[in-house]
Amino acid sequence: MRTLFKSAFVVLGLALTLTMTAAQSPAVAAEKKSFKIAWSIYAGWMPWGYAADSGIMKKWADKYGISVEIVQINDYVESINQYTAGAFDGCVMTNMDALTIPAAGGVDSTALIAGDYSDGNDGVVLKDGKSLAEIKGQDVNLVELSVSHYLLARALDSAGLSERDIRVVNTADADIVSAFVSSDVTATVTWNPQLSEVRKAEGAALVFDSSRIPGEIIDLMIVNTETLKDNPSLGKALVGAWYETLALMRDGGAKGTEALTAMATAAGTDLEGYKAQLATTRMFYTPAEAVAFASSPELVKGMDLVRTFSFDHGLLGEGARTVDAVGIGFPGGTVLGDAGNVKLRFDADYMRMAQEGKL
Amino acid sequence: MRRIINLRPGRGGIVLWGALPFLAAGVAYALASSARLAANPNDKLLPQLESFAAALGRLALNPDARTGDYLMWVDTLASLQRLGLGLGVATALALVLGLAIGLIPYVRAGLSPFVGVVSMIPPMAVLPVLFIVFGLDELSKVVLIVFGVAPFLVRDLALKVGDLPREQLIKAETLGASTWQIVVRVVLPQMLPRLIDAVRLSLGPAWLFLISAEAIAATEGLGYRIFLVRRYMAMDAILPYVAWITLLAFLSDAGLRWVNARFFPWLKAGKGQS
Repeated sequence: MRTLFKSAFVVLGLALTLTMTAAQSPAVAAEKKSFKIAWSIYAGWMPWGYAADSGIMKKWADKYGISVEIVQINDYVESINQYTAGAFDGCVMTNMDALTIPAAGGVDSTALIAGDYSDGNDGVVLKDGKSLAEIKGQDVNLVELSVSHYLLARALDSAGLSERDIRVVNTADADIVSAFVSSDVTATVTWNPQLSEVRKAEGAALVFDSSRIPGEIIDLMIVNTETLKDNPSLGKALVGAWYETLALMRDGGAKGTEALTAMATAAGTDLEGYKAQLATTRMFYTPAEAVAFASSPELVKGMDLVRTFSFDHGLLGEGARTVDAVGIGFPGGTVLGDAGNVKLRFDADYMRMAQEGKL
Repeated sequence: MRRIINLRPGRGGIVLWGALPFLAAGVAYALASSARLAANPNDKLLPQLESFAAALGRLALNPDARTGDYLMWVDTLASLQRLGLGLGVATALALVLGLAIGLIPYVRAGLSPFVGVVSMIPPMAVLPVLFIVFGLDELSKVVLIVFGVAPFLVRDLALKVGDLPREQLIKAETLGASTWQIVVRVVLPQMLPRLIDAVRLSLGPAWLFLISAEAIAATEGLGYRIFLVRRYMAMDAILPYVAWITLLAFLSDAGLRWVNARFFPWLKAGKGQS
């Protein structure tokens, strides 16, 4: 029996050592030279793919003596989870997901670049019914707890309805289009490119879209705050590469068209299709616009609506007893919620450097 | 001479050695969790063991703030209903088709190649088609389970009927049994316990199909909940759900094994327990 216990201890000890080495600690901040950034397909994020492929990203990284790897992830939520777990130094996501996933998970995150806001890219579509009020009593297929859900809540609000008047059916974004064709789906909320497909269905009517709530669904480049603090060159390189790519998109010449076509192909559409998606995306093509937006009181107002929705739906986590649990910081020192627990920071400093040509 | 192959654990030793991997996994988790929590007290990836209890209490014992439902029970009921229906239909199909294909040459000639080909279609690959044909409601989830499990059960049963000693059937015939009597008195008693064993083996795939279907479109269910809270990385809810699903699957497997032992004791004659 004694040898038995002895060997049991050996096994336990082995298991312990194994775990100690396996337990990777999340995103240890320190000065480092190479960084990984995740992105996924969406009209407003295609420039990241192009910046990586065309060498623009490398050019800017070289300028600051670092290396930045831009990784495309097919599953949007998975990319955010990977970032939150510490596998990436930065990741693209919407303002709501930035608040509810990394920030609510205690990962101090900075919105380095405000890229655009949805200006019609997200919409509520009814199969039979021409007005939003007719949504009452219907099953609504959407990705629950996503910005679609938020858009629906805002839409219902505007029509004097509440979530109790409808029934939400969680449906994967990849299956929204085929689901909408089936007979028992009558209402859906989704985003582009699925939205444009859904609208093509017979009798489909767009009854509400994000152009009615401008500036509330924002697409951001989120980076780990500590990593950024210890490595300002990462922020400079990313912002530099971003605005050089955006400038190219606005360039009407052959080079601009070539860049747009490459982004369109990567997004699975053609030049016309991509331009149509960009038309409902309010891109901040110049750093001046982005700085103005990030410093505006409208952003604070929008984030207040988003955090209230998130809290009402339990997205701020178990520890959140009030809507103020997770603090949100804005340029100029304004803070929404708990100032002692600011986990999401909107930052305009790096974009301002780009505006002033200091990169 | 002492050789390691001849050393056996005693009765207490068996319990200890059996518990050891569970213990090691638990300790490993606790250590990894506390390492991450030390770096970030709000870490969601590997939450503390206590937060599992809190999440379970919240999901199982407290009504949901928005709907007033006890989420875990609603989810469990919905999932078990789908699973039971799907497996039930698949088993019934297997019983009828498997026996017919195995026993009646004309049916075998007509259906065997078809079932063989259908069983090769990966169910997940045709899921979008299933959704369009059967809608997004309960039906398509049950159909996915049937589609995924039934071909295996049918083929397995047909093969086992084919393995019956030819002599048995001939003997029954010489004793004057009709085809129906042979089916009921000779084939069924031997095939039912084997079918139940095959269903036990299909429990894993059946759960897989159930959860995949619930991930795509649902308003409740164990898979639905996991994929919903995945959106904000609530591992404190996901991991207990996984444990709960494992327990349910283990219990249904044990239940079926008990049914076999209780009602078909002759199956054990001539083969080891599995």
